[in-house]
Amino acid sequence: MAGADHHHDHHHGHHHGHDHDHEHPRLGELELRVKALESLLVEKGLVDPAALDTFIDIYETKVGPRNGAAVVARAWVDPAFRDWLLRDASAAIKSFGFEGRQGEHMVTVENTNQVHNLVVCTLCSCYPWPVLGLPPVWYKSAPFRSRAVIDPRGVLADFGTTLPQDVEIRVWDSTAEVRYLVLPQRPSGTEGLPEAELAALVTRNAMIGVEQVVYPPRNAREAAE
Amino acid sequence: MTAVASPGPLPPFEALPRIPVDRDGPVFREPWEAQAFAMTVKLHESGLFSWPEWASALSSEIEAAQAAGDPDLGDTYYRHWLKALEGLVLAKTELTADRLARRVQAWARAAERAPHGEPILLPEDERD
Repeated sequence: MAGADHHHDHHHGHHHGHDHDHEHPRLGELELRVKALESLLVEKGLVDPAALDTFIDIYETKVGPRNGAAVVARAWVDPAFRDWLLRDASAAIKSFGFEGRQGEHMVTVENTNQVHNLVVCTLCSCYPWPVLGLPPVWYKSAPFRSRAVIDPRGVLADFGTTLPQDVEIRVWDSTAEVRYLVLPQRPSGTEGLPEAELAALVTRNAMIGVEQVVYPPRNAREAAE
Repeated sequence: MTAVASPGPLPPFEALPRIPVDRDGPVFREPWEAQAFAMTVKLHESGLFSWPEWASALSSEIEAAQAAGDPDLGDTYYRHWLKALEGLVLAKTELTADRLARRVQAWARAAERAPHGEPILLPEDERD
């Protein structure tokens, strides 16, 4: 299980059932208005929450800058950046001109031939979507979270990801203070690809560890089949 | 779970004034923008309003904002979108502005109360 050497920010050291140290409100005015409207429409039977979720999931790659994909591609082509990313993910990611709204501490966990990483999250309002893109619908579900801990191989299999038995699977639970980014393995056959094309291969699912990055990309393969 | 469902035919969103798009369709700066967009499309599909009606409501909202001095740099687009959607829903359903305002307050309290790192939930008894 997760045995990370977390660097907790000193001001997070004491909790009184309420965070005094967040300068930003937990939800902004516009987020509150959307939640209010959505919950009332759902209660009145005017919209189906599952249909909304499905619809939004289709726009997975269309929300936020998805800086994570660019970060992963850079780490693949630039060993010095990779070292920096593994040593101090917050700073390395920030160098892309992005900082989480709440300045969350990011940690990068690297997939290798020996270790595969999977991230779960309780998904409060602080999901690091600017780095990872829109959170997937299934990610919010309690069953996914508990099953990921009990049966990670089964969860991965649901996503079509099968790993050799000797690969260790590590499950990381995001907290309010620490968010994880999985650094997937660079697929073979991509040696000559420019960085931007590499970034386009990196899916949200790969950055939370339920899939591996594949080349050629899935859609291209499906189209060819 | 990995299969991506087709979004189905979208309403003619390109008919909307200056909606942020890329080659494949609408893009969003934040998740709430995608949620507002999704609600609008689903309400339209269910027949609550026609697409020309929606385009007209959105245009009026944008024009009103511009008249009031909105610099219109693109970052306020979905702010106008949400206001137009609220207006249309209030006009077309039994939902009242007062009820909506109370619900916003209930969510604000729920968000304030939820322990950090926990999902924000609205208790049953505060659903009004």
